Amino acid sequence: MKQYEKPPEGSWTQHYPELGTLPVSYESSISPEFYELEREAIFKRAWLSVGRVEQLRRNGSYFTKELPVANTSLIIVRGMDGEIRAFHNVCRHRGNKLVWTDHPREETSGTCRQFRCKYHGWRYELDGRCSYVQQEGEFFGLDKGAYGLVPVHCDVWSGFVFVNLAKEPSQTLTEFLGPMITAIDYPFHNMTERFYYRGDIRSNWKVFLDAFQEFYHAPILHGRQNPVMAKPEYQQAGFSALHFQIDGPHRVGSTTTGPSWLLPPEYLNPIEKVMRSGLFGPWDAADIGTEEALPGINPGKKKGWGLDSFQIFPNFAFIIWERGWYLTYHYWPTAHNRLLFEANLYFVPARNARERLAHELAAATIKEYALQDCGTLEATQMGLESRAVSSFPLGDQEILCRHLNKVVNDWVDEYQRSREEA
Amino acid sequence: MAMTNPLLPPEFSDLEPFAREWCLASEPERYAKRLASTMDEMQALYDALFPRAEEAIAYCEKFPLYDLPDNVLRLLQLLYSLIMVSFPVEIWRQPYLPDTGTASFELEEEPVP
Repeated sequence: MKQYEKPPEGSWTQHYPELGTLPVSYESSISPEFYELEREAIFKRAWLSVGRVEQLRRNGSYFTKELPVANTSLIIVRGMDGEIRAFHNVCRHRGNKLVWTDHPREETSGTCRQFRCKYHGWRYELDGRCSYVQQEGEFFGLDKGAYGLVPVHCDVWSGFVFVNLAKEPSQTLTEFLGPMITAIDYPFHNMTERFYYRGDIRSNWKVFLDAFQEFYHAPILHGRQNPVMAKPEYQQAGFSALHFQIDGPHRVGSTTTGPSWLLPPEYLNPIEKVMRSGLFGPWDAADIGTEEALPGINPGKKKGWGLDSFQIFPNFAFIIWERGWYLTYHYWPTAHNRLLFEANLYFVPARNARERLAHELAAATIKEYALQDCGTLEATQMGLESRAVSSFPLGDQEILCRHLNKVVNDWVDEYQRSREEA
Repeated sequence: MAMTNPLLPPEFSDLEPFAREWCLASEPERYAKRLASTMDEMQALYDALFPRAEEAIAYCEKFPLYDLPDNVLRLLQLLYSLIMVSFPVEIWRQPYLPDTGTASFELEEEPVP
């Protein structure tokens, strides 16, 4: 495995001196008290990705998003005017959860003209206005105009819908995403064939996220699954990324991916050869609807580029693959040592059975890999919770883990300082 | 005994013995079937279908994907099952993944077909 060129400082980590090179603490991943701080300092103040505009195709389309990390549920809806808005999913009358189907704790989606509470029948327009109160005359000087749904800041970048739970966000979405992310202009909207996976995992959200922002573990943890990774020389040489870059709280790692299709058959699982697909997705490039160079992609402008893994603070990532597809990950904490992990794979819709089978193998392969990570990270959480060890060395290939650790601590510190000042 | 109606296109009649069990419409059904099967059962499907896979793909490819005749749709579903069993057969030598404990990672939405 080739070792790629590093910055003149000698390492990626030292290229960003604010990161330091010392071992780090993972107390922030095992402390219930720290988790309570994160909920306020991070999840109620950062912009959070909650879905795609393709989930809101028509005026009146809506979906709900459960956010246990913020003790709330949101309604995301495209109004009759075409605008996308977000509201707390709570009826203004007596606090009943407004939109749900069969199971109050589960997410739902659909299309409607207005929302009607299941409890006493109060109704709301899709822009949040309260439009009907059952037996309105029984109430005392009630002004319907003052009982609209509680709005949540909502904005869209490249088809990704973001919300911000702060009363007044300190940054707009564009400011928050910063120049590295907003430079991206990618035809996400052409990739509408979707595989959506979800897992309930017993590890801290950051412990889990870290496994998906370093590839150092790949030749080892996933060594058996892939004959190339199982090669002794690969196991010995390990992994080296093409490029790392940090911009504010966000980060990206770029790597090569193959090309699998040039490998001799003994380095492939037989199914990969038949389906022309595998971990890195379909071997045959998709027609993504653009001939132009893709702005913001492969930000290091490296030769042999295969993928960018963009990590959007705090809990959202998307990976763009050279063959013309992408996937997203969301890491939603549900406790200090538990998370809901969501993965979505997006392809240009298959035009025939052969393309569809290539997508199927890519999606099935991702599941095999993810399950290996899920099992191992429960074990990591247990190891950390023993507190037998309190400081952990991170290598240069783990720079993005070091960065997340620092940004989380910085946001919590800043929140605590602002509270003390107030 | 009366012949049951064939489920697959006549060109793939040799695969009929697998069709009733393995033509499953969704990934959750196929994953559950994998976990509930023995390695011998999955190896038998793999050995019968793998050598015919390219021919079966080429056959399915001739029809419009979003309007497949029923027997072609079943052949495609059988190919999805080939992908599903390829992991235990080619890699793990057991139905479930090693070292995954009680971890779950479920497919909630998938393309149709």
